[in-house]
Amino acid sequence: MRVTATDEEPRRRGAASGPAEDWAPVMAAIRDARDTAAFARLFDHFAPRVKGFLIKSGSDAAAAEDCAQDVMAVCWNRAHLYDPSRASVATWIFTIARNRRIDGLRKSRRPEPEDLPWGPEAEPDPEDALALREASQELAAAVTRLPEAQRDLIVQAYFADRSQSEIAAQTGLPLGTIKSRIRLALARLRADMT
Amino acid sequence: MMTQPNHHLTDALIADYAAGRLPEAFAVVVAAHVSYCDACRAAVGAQEAFGAALMETAEPVAMSAGAMQAAMSRILAAPPLRVAAAPGGAVLPAPVRDIVGGDLGAVRWRPVGMGVKQAVLPTSGAGSVRLLSIPPGMAMPEHGHRGREITLVLQGAYADADGTYRAGDVEVAGDEVEHTPVAEPGETCICLAATDAPLRFRALIPRLVQPFLGI
Repeated sequence: MRVTATDEEPRRRGAASGPAEDWAPVMAAIRDARDTAAFARLFDHFAPRVKGFLIKSGSDAAAAEDCAQDVMAVCWNRAHLYDPSRASVATWIFTIARNRRIDGLRKSRRPEPEDLPWGPEAEPDPEDALALREASQELAAAVTRLPEAQRDLIVQAYFADRSQSEIAAQTGLPLGTIKSRIRLALARLRADMT
Repeated sequence: MMTQPNHHLTDALIADYAAGRLPEAFAVVVAAHVSYCDACRAAVGAQEAFGAALMETAEPVAMSAGAMQAAMSRILAAPPLRVAAAPGGAVLPAPVRDIVGGDLGAVRWRPVGMGVKQAVLPTSGAGSVRLLSIPPGMAMPEHGHRGREITLVLQGAYADADGTYRAGDVEVAGDEVEHTPVAEPGETCICLAATDAPLRFRALIPRLVQPFLGI
């Protein structure tokens, strides 16, 4: 269990430390030991990213700050529900942020699929978790490798409240190559998840 | 648990759902189908991973001073988390039960003629979603669409020119489709259908009735 006092580490707020880091042990420390130092690390990394995501999605800065605090509080309160064999920590936090954003916009709950019935194994398979983490990192790396201008367009298109067909119509992106790269990464991820 | 569906969501619907761009009426149908479908559940997971990758690589925005302490005090103030156990043998999947307030017995059906019943579910945003109950062998009025319609079978089955749709299957129809779904013999067919434009019925009588149906 990695339990690091963040105060002794140089703060990497805003630095591109991101996708390569394995946050699952940090989540485990929060879940098992209610470790506030671990929570501080998680908060330092993800809260500014959640806030940035919400602002890109159209929130004003104050609402985004408020919502990001909420999202991080949910991470603590639901730490026991996080399963590293089903999603990376970043993906899990992304879904919490997305749902909070929708709840705020609609004043209603986002429809979520019925959860799968749990199998006999009590603990997630570490191999599944590792494969999923690697696939997620490849995906993030693929996104990072995109030329900046293209990535910006995708990010803008993704976060704006527009449907896929509208995005294609409005950006007229050379989407072919980007899409096939993304699809490849997604297909790999999909294979790992089924 | 039913067998895995044969008819699936489109990539565009999955991407829009994972990104949180779908209006609630459509999101309910997507969530309901994903409840039955491992392939589409995995596809949603992959799209969520893509969203997370974009979130991770996008520019972070610094939190205000004391934000973490504020989050900690929210944690202390939060009520304990309760997870409701899913009832066994329910016909409606959880995202639909959440809106209806229970399983099939809690649905407030309204007859629309010829034994067909419907219940419009309350959702916010664009489009509308309804439950339809169609007696075995009964045809829905022939209709075309002015927009998207996605239909998920929850019980029984129906067939139209494009094939047979059984419990768990979803049919995604656009502007171009004109179809006459017929419920298969046997069980009453229960469907969940989202539309973003009123349906156009071709037959005269349904056209007159249309304003009263809300479809």
